[in-house]
Amino acid sequence: MTSRYLFNRIGQALLVLWAAFTVSFVLLQAMPGDAILIKFQNPDLGLTPQQIAEIRAAYAADSPLWLQYVQTIGNFLSGNFGYSVQAGVPVSASLAAHLPVTLKLAAIGFLTAAILAVAIAFLSSLAPFAWLRSAIQSVPSLFISIPTFWLGIMLIQIFSFRLKLVPVINPGPWQEFILPVATLAVPISAPLAQVLVRNIDAVLTQPFITVARAKGATQGRVLWRHVAKNALLPTLTIAGVLFGELIAGAVVTETVFGLNGIGGLTERAVGTQDVAVLQAIVVLSAAAFVAINLIVDLLYPVLDPRLRTRSGATA
Amino acid sequence: MTTLDTIRSEIGADGRAGSSRRARLARLARRLPPGLALSWLILATVFLWAIAPALFTSYNPVEGVGGAQLKRPDALHLLGTDALGRDLYARIVYGAVHSLTGAFVAVGLGLIVGTTLGVIAGSVGRRLDDAIMRIVDVLLSIPPLLLSLSIIILLGFGTVNAAIAVGLTSVAGFARLARSEVVRVRRSDYVEAAFGSGGTFRAVLWRHVLPNSLTSVIAIAALHFGSAVLQISTLGFLGYGAPPPTPEWGLLIAEGRNYISTAWWLTTAPGFVVVLVVLAANRVSQSFGKVTS
Repeated sequence: MTSRYLFNRIGQALLVLWAAFTVSFVLLQAMPGDAILIKFQNPDLGLTPQQIAEIRAAYAADSPLWLQYVQTIGNFLSGNFGYSVQAGVPVSASLAAHLPVTLKLAAIGFLTAAILAVAIAFLSSLAPFAWLRSAIQSVPSLFISIPTFWLGIMLIQIFSFRLKLVPVINPGPWQEFILPVATLAVPISAPLAQVLVRNIDAVLTQPFITVARAKGATQGRVLWRHVAKNALLPTLTIAGVLFGELIAGAVVTETVFGLNGIGGLTERAVGTQDVAVLQAIVVLSAAAFVAINLIVDLLYPVLDPRLRTRSGATA
Repeated sequence: MTTLDTIRSEIGADGRAGSSRRARLARLARRLPPGLALSWLILATVFLWAIAPALFTSYNPVEGVGGAQLKRPDALHLLGTDALGRDLYARIVYGAVHSLTGAFVAVGLGLIVGTTLGVIAGSVGRRLDDAIMRIVDVLLSIPPLLLSLSIIILLGFGTVNAAIAVGLTSVAGFARLARSEVVRVRRSDYVEAAFGSGGTFRAVLWRHVLPNSLTSVIAIAALHFGSAVLQISTLGFLGYGAPPPTPEWGLLIAEGRNYISTAWWLTTAPGFVVVLVVLAANRVSQSFGKVTS
């Protein structure tokens, strides 16, 4: 990996990020709808047109578009994401307040999903009968077909109302995360399990597996000692897709369970046309997506020596 | 429907038939595995719901019957009734048209815009190719749900707007696929021969490149149909789709949520319908994939 490749790759990532910012600006800020009018034209507030004009000036809502664009880029670069019109607080403060819940949910949910996916993939290749194998392998496609919001509601219905295992009112700090984590883990585990199953099948056809079998290794030992490492690595390539699933899952899960995280904030921002909040969330997720893909691209040759030698040979 | 019926009756007659006929039927049965047949049956039923809902239920989906509120599923109301005394089965049947048109609009939009971009990128090449594929990269870098929400904020709530929002998230995928297919077909001998025998660029594109690139695009379109049903129901659940009292499936689940402790059927039934439709669409798309590969 030359420093020139590194430089190119980072430059490309920044370009995509800039373009994503522009797309979000065009979609959200250059549009005719107006969050300021929605909130302040309410007759109950009793504001005069002059006062509304002052508020508009304070939000710089009427300056020319190109000026708004340049200003917004400058603000975003310095970490200022503007003001939430509905809440009346800086967007960055709002994001910081809502982030911990989402981070906790996402971290535990992702871990659960990974365990679930590995279990599905390995059980399917250990299954002694063909019908059992195909039954386990069809679990991911079932998981993909279940609406996440419906899954959450069904879990509440079954575990909170029927079996009364998880309290609905005043749950403990960890209890309130059990069902959301289960809900979030299902849509994330599905693509992960599919990639894992495919990888395991591919690795099992490799000559070194035949050698290991010929030396007398059992199926379990072959899987753990020889297949696991080789099959887990390629899952890194779908990290970006999983991140998208995680965001969508967080919005829906937090809405269903009334958790006050970034997902819930997103849902309310759309409902109240709070453009600044949604734009910050869109741009930050695009940044996270670009960063994840960049890291995976740069890390992959480090983790897989075969790629390193190939790039060394061509360079 | 009709082909399925004939296949089934032929299979039923299998026991009495001669061995050559049995072999042919076995081939037919092998060609149409039971899971796939069931998937087609589910999709056909739902399409009929959308086209002629009155054939399947005599209840009114929007106006409730007094005194019949929150009834459990029984012989009179197959899936029970909601808080206004409306028959849930009737609401699901009448809701099919909203979910299906939404999914069709979404897939159609993604297919047309995405494929056009991909075909242009793949056949014109160079600068324009680079520019289009960078735009596609950008669309892919924004998580699909957030992209839909941004478009919904721009366009406002509603069935068609939700469908457009979902459709635009699939543009990038279609564009990538169409481009790679066009590039693959372009390199094949018969396309080079067509150019060599004096075909103009446009004629060759229309006669050879497009038809040969489209098969795998169609398979992916079927797959996107399932995920569009799913995404549209999600937007409907969040309240960004059709307004009440439209019986859109996601909205049905959202409304049933208020009675989650007393009326389990209100959330359970519409969700199962969504799962079945999505599973069926995915299964059908898989079979297309096998045919093309």
